[in-house]
Amino acid sequence: MSVDKEQVRKIAGLARIAMSDGEIDALVPELNNILGWVEQLGEVDVTGIAPMASVIPSKTLLREDVINADPQTGGNVRDKVLANAPVAEHGFFAVPKVIE
Amino acid sequence: MSDLTDLGIKAIRDGVRGGEFSAREVAEAHIDKVAAAKPLNAFLIETPDHALAAADSADKAKAAGEELAPLAGVPIGMKDLFCTKGVMARSCSKILEGFTPQYESTVSGKLFASGAGMLGKLNMDQFAMGSSNETSAYGNVVSPWRRGDGSATQMSPGGSSGGSSSAVSARLCPGATGTDTGGSIRQPAAFTGISGIKPTYGRCSRWGIISFASSLDQAGSMARDVTDCAIMLEAMAGYDPKDATSLDAPVPDWEAALSGDLKGKRVGIPKEYRVDGTPAEINHLWDKAAAWLKDAGAEVVEVSLPHTQYALPAYYIIAPAEASSNLARYDGVRYGARELPDGAGLQDMYAATRAAGFGDEVKRRIMIGTYVLSAGFYDAYYTQAQKVRALIARDFDRVWEQCDVILTPTAPSASFGLGEKSDDPLAMYLNDVFAVPASLAGLPAMSVPGGLSNEGLPLGLQIIGKAMDEQGVLNAGLAIEQRAGFTARPEQWW
Repeated sequence: MSVDKEQVRKIAGLARIAMSDGEIDALVPELNNILGWVEQLGEVDVTGIAPMASVIPSKTLLREDVINADPQTGGNVRDKVLANAPVAEHGFFAVPKVIE
Repeated sequence: MSDLTDLGIKAIRDGVRGGEFSAREVAEAHIDKVAAAKPLNAFLIETPDHALAAADSADKAKAAGEELAPLAGVPIGMKDLFCTKGVMARSCSKILEGFTPQYESTVSGKLFASGAGMLGKLNMDQFAMGSSNETSAYGNVVSPWRRGDGSATQMSPGGSSGGSSSAVSARLCPGATGTDTGGSIRQPAAFTGISGIKPTYGRCSRWGIISFASSLDQAGSMARDVTDCAIMLEAMAGYDPKDATSLDAPVPDWEAALSGDLKGKRVGIPKEYRVDGTPAEINHLWDKAAAWLKDAGAEVVEVSLPHTQYALPAYYIIAPAEASSNLARYDGVRYGARELPDGAGLQDMYAATRAAGFGDEVKRRIMIGTYVLSAGFYDAYYTQAQKVRALIARDFDRVWEQCDVILTPTAPSASFGLGEKSDDPLAMYLNDVFAVPASLAGLPAMSVPGGLSNEGLPLGLQIIGKAMDEQGVLNAGLAIEQRAGFTARPEQWW
């Protein structure tokens, strides 16, 4: 499988990365080169093999049902949460208007 | 007194304990060395106050006759991927410019609790995506090594933990943290003639480490010998309930159990790692290392890992897929940079922020990841790669019936000049061909220096072990170290 200019433009849109025509043009052969190379995976017989998402058994752990069981991941740290926001107002993250 | 910056972690720890020198003297010597090493561009942020405070607290404890913490008096370097409270963490990307964590990563917190002080934050490939340290938004890291022909070509320290490898090799710090997703500890260690270990996936908590590919990312230690790696890793590892993939297992006393005696051990030599195009000198060193391990008492056996050739392409689907998902968080809303063109709406802001903030290699991988996860392509690429990953893990499972550790070269080349490979992304990816399989299987693996190339550059040897058997990996590494007699070091030109 290979990608063309329109597909690369679509992927950039999905990835939310603004790209100029020049950047798209440059990426088409680069991505095709990489995609052509990974295509060899198709020749591996994977009959009956389950996809591996994690190398260790994943189990969902429950924390204690108390407030601030771990202070580092607990609540009441609004100012710390907002400390790195490019724009924060009234105790919230602020973004450009989203309602037309 | 000999130069304190020539001492490793163990020698510093023991010297401070024994009163041969003060922790402050050690910290000051390293701080001076860091400040004078700007041409290497390894340290991006220097934190001398942190190192001095830790040193003073070690000296105070010593004066009071208290028992010293395991790393008391040891100053270390911290890869920029680790969030440390109050010190900017950017993962060497412009998109995180200004991000100052309000919290401490579990691993850095454990190191500090063990008495280590931080000399500063180390340069790296942007979001750990790179094998040469040329993708950092804050400039290339330069290796302290140069080719033996007297040329002044700037050499790559490897990547992505290139700031760490350069700094440890140049004696700016006795040890540094690294992270390894597909070789990012081992390959830079090999390129700079130092040791580095990636433990079993889950040994070190990922909490507070800026994510690249979560099913692969694992922190580890980089130092100038195997013992120092063991000491530092012990301080970093351990169960953390804040990381759902953290291993709930006790951390062994790796240092105490170190032994280069491999009697009764079997060392596997995987025939699939003899790939075309590997320089003869690397295969020659590999053969020599097999003989060293035999000399240490081990039995050397040829083994087969039949799916090896598919590891790298599987990795270059899985890692970008996870990265595209992980890096979706950088949107100019919660942290880091924001790019807001005139009159832009929210979606435009996202796209403009990400366009301005991410470097080319990061964009490339996000694009690949987005594509392989998109509707219509998910099964053909992503699910297939995950199945191949399962087969690669199964290869290792089967091989452990025939051997206890596996010996391979760490990388298919010695270091190369900065700029010599950066035009071709695919050629760069191939440098991780020997490192990636152990990452996909989550196995502990380390690189130790084995010798010098014809060009006078370090070559590394890789030991891969069974899950949870860091001890076996460290011991085989030690057996090599004891026989390789690697004493070469870069001549100071910076």
